[in-house]
Amino acid sequence: MTAMQNVSLGSHYAVHLPAPDDFAFWRERARGLIQCDVPPDRVSWIEPGGTGDLFAAECPSRGEKRLPVPPADAPPVRVSRRFLTLARSAALHTDPARFGLLYRVLWRLQRNPRTMEDKADPEVRRIEELAKSVRRDAHKMHAFVRFREVQEEDGTPHFVAWFEPDHHIVRAEAGFFMRRFANMRWSILTPRGSIHWDGEVMREGPSAKAEDAPGGDPVEDLWRSYYASIFNPARLKVSAMLSEMPKKYWKNLPEAELIPQLIAGAQAREAAMVKAGAREERARPGSLAEIAQAIAACRDCPIADCGTRAVAGEGPQQAALMIVGEQPGDQEDLAGRPFIGPAGQLLDEYLTRAGIDRSAAYLTNVVKHFKFTWKGKHRLHQSPAAKEIDTCRWWLDAERAIVKPRIVLALGASAARGMLGRTVSVTRERGRAIRLDDGAELRVTVHPSYLLRLDGTAREEQARLFAADLTAVRERLKAG
Amino acid sequence: MVQQTLRQKLEILADAAKYDASCASSGTAKKNSLGGKGVGSTEGMGICHAYAPDGRCISLLKILLTNHCIFDCHYCINRKSSNVVRARFTPQEVVDLTLNFYRRNYIEGLFLSSGIVKSADHTMEQLVEVARILREEHDFRGYIHLKTIPEADAEIIHRAGLYADRVSINVELPTDSGLTRLAPDKNASQIEGAMGRTKARIVQAKDERKRFRHAPRFAPAGQSTQMIVGADDANDAAIIGKASRLYNAFGLRRVYYSAFSPIPDASAVLPLKRPPLLREHRLYQSDWLMRFYGFAPQEVADAAEADGNLPLDIDPKMAWALKFRESFPVDVNRAAKEQLLRVPGLGTQAVGRILAARRHRRLRLDDVARLTASIAKVRPFICTIDWRPTLLTDRADLRRLLAPKQEQLELF
Repeated sequence: MTAMQNVSLGSHYAVHLPAPDDFAFWRERARGLIQCDVPPDRVSWIEPGGTGDLFAAECPSRGEKRLPVPPADAPPVRVSRRFLTLARSAALHTDPARFGLLYRVLWRLQRNPRTMEDKADPEVRRIEELAKSVRRDAHKMHAFVRFREVQEEDGTPHFVAWFEPDHHIVRAEAGFFMRRFANMRWSILTPRGSIHWDGEVMREGPSAKAEDAPGGDPVEDLWRSYYASIFNPARLKVSAMLSEMPKKYWKNLPEAELIPQLIAGAQAREAAMVKAGAREERARPGSLAEIAQAIAACRDCPIADCGTRAVAGEGPQQAALMIVGEQPGDQEDLAGRPFIGPAGQLLDEYLTRAGIDRSAAYLTNVVKHFKFTWKGKHRLHQSPAAKEIDTCRWWLDAERAIVKPRIVLALGASAARGMLGRTVSVTRERGRAIRLDDGAELRVTVHPSYLLRLDGTAREEQARLFAADLTAVRERLKAG
Repeated sequence: MVQQTLRQKLEILADAAKYDASCASSGTAKKNSLGGKGVGSTEGMGICHAYAPDGRCISLLKILLTNHCIFDCHYCINRKSSNVVRARFTPQEVVDLTLNFYRRNYIEGLFLSSGIVKSADHTMEQLVEVARILREEHDFRGYIHLKTIPEADAEIIHRAGLYADRVSINVELPTDSGLTRLAPDKNASQIEGAMGRTKARIVQAKDERKRFRHAPRFAPAGQSTQMIVGADDANDAAIIGKASRLYNAFGLRRVYYSAFSPIPDASAVLPLKRPPLLREHRLYQSDWLMRFYGFAPQEVADAAEADGNLPLDIDPKMAWALKFRESFPVDVNRAAKEQLLRVPGLGTQAVGRILAARRHRRLRLDDVARLTASIAKVRPFICTIDWRPTLLTDRADLRRLLAPKQEQLELF
């Protein structure tokens, strides 16, 4: 009990810390007080500018010099590593009671070295909470410091940031920024002190004001563009954002000024996206006549708005063969019937030669309206876009459901896309049967208009292949 | 056509990249810029530098090198047949953007992906070139995540792994039939083949590092993948099954789930109804159950409802507990860690705290309340020395008691 001789019963000690984040100083003093067996209720810890507790404020004269001196043979103070780690963080908290709390737990640790393991203990929990909020503050500092570039007089770039931490973390976190930006010249200014790195030496400075930091940086415009573009308006979750990026940080984040307008515009942007892709929900027509009527009114894609008429399919409802073309041409549009123009006539010729009865087949187009551009007085055919095919496919599916053909012959790549939902290469797919979902057999060949655009040997060659494709279809029809 | 400015390109190519969910910057090798020439550090923990109003974190500069693409995948905004504005960055432009953002502490690094131009090999070469310039010419030591293209040459993918912290290949859809229907140019076995090769490289590089201190690292943050939820008709049970198979087969760090969201100029093949965002959240929760709570995939699937989907109103762990009530209540003073982890409302941290605390005292309900976020959720499933939920666990309306209250909507 040598230590007790130093401590007069009933005396109270006040320890004035030189800085609010000076954990090393606290550790030094706390160690001495423990060795002198000073109980927690006899010590006050006072931050610079702080008043400490009521008792210490009454007796300002009881200062540092009256701290007891531990005897030379006092046993060393031992704590668990867990306590030391947590205490280092918790000491940076702004709670004025933190040093008292740490000393109380330190005192208890001398009696029960495993106190820290009891997570249900209120004081242990409190230390963990303090440490957690300091860690969170540090993490937010790593995340939300925003440097702005300024040119120094010697022409070298200097990156300066203004940040407002909740706790006394600035000095403790300097290392993070040094390791990350080791070869940059930078300063972080805060109301709790500032730090400066010139590439070799770290300097500490006094607390700063927001006006001390530079006002802008041209790169921030790019950053804001990025922030606005990476945001997906179709999945608005404002509360999730606020929990991780509370409003108190917004004033120092260049991107945050966009948030209100992004939120306000989000619903409108999503609605527009859905509307652009949307089609009226409607029941699938039950007969070919209904389809013929309904397609005339269809405005699902822009082709229908060109003042042309919809051309319905033609042929018996129980046809075993369905022939699908691309879209009506100039003459088909005028007459309102499929396959009557030059390409249609050529098709007729080849069908006859292959021994296929056109009147027994159902002929239709994947796109029901004529798409064209004006060239002088002529309407010049234009291929439908993939999206237009995919949209118009709905009608083709309805026709297939009614006619239920055993064999479908797709003429050209557009028709093949309409049947399969994907773009295929005609040259690769021709000559073989593709099994469709409903059990029908799909065969793909070129569109007869392709033959019209060729001449010479190329045309002979393609005509031969086309005829062979049709013959194959005839054989399959017979086989069924 | 008018020349696009850098800012216009950034807007187009960031917009095109936002459907990739991954933004992780964690779990890579520790490195910093001390003693180097450039900037950058990774210290294990990922940092989210900003949050967008969609609740997603912004950790990396997530952009495409180009949104031109020769593929025609229906769910993708950049598919060949889509009518979006196209743009292209040069590798040097991406490098400059990355460094400018990094120096101002906006980002942790770069997540680079690309539409496929010319060929898979050519595109992959360009991606690797960006990473090479960053690492070799600028000594950049931040985080790089490269999306790799399964169709590309294995040698180029290998180089990607040498520069990047993480590589990823998207499996895109949970079922092979969905992939065939919606991504006709992709091939499931090719994707899994590439993932298998990447895994082998990662394992090999780890082994070499053990033997030789200077052996090159290969994707130290591992590989991840992404699945789109709700674009095809796969249910949650199928998705969970697929994810667990991927985790086991390829040692993935993460499987990301991305609820299919409406895209501009959508393909007519896609469903117009988007899945509820909550479904994505429930899938992530079930993912966590498998990775950190010792649930087998089949057990998570058991928590699903008759249609194979997880309930949306309560979390999957709660759903499991309500279905298998015979496993409860659990005595917090005696139960094994595995049993405690199954209690709804007890996370891994709370379980750790309970295990530590009960060495020192017999726990009362108040003690447990201090260790957890919400005692109300936990109470029906545990016993303490002063608490036993005699009738509560057996109540038929327990689900209604525990599910979050439905809020009456305001008139608008």
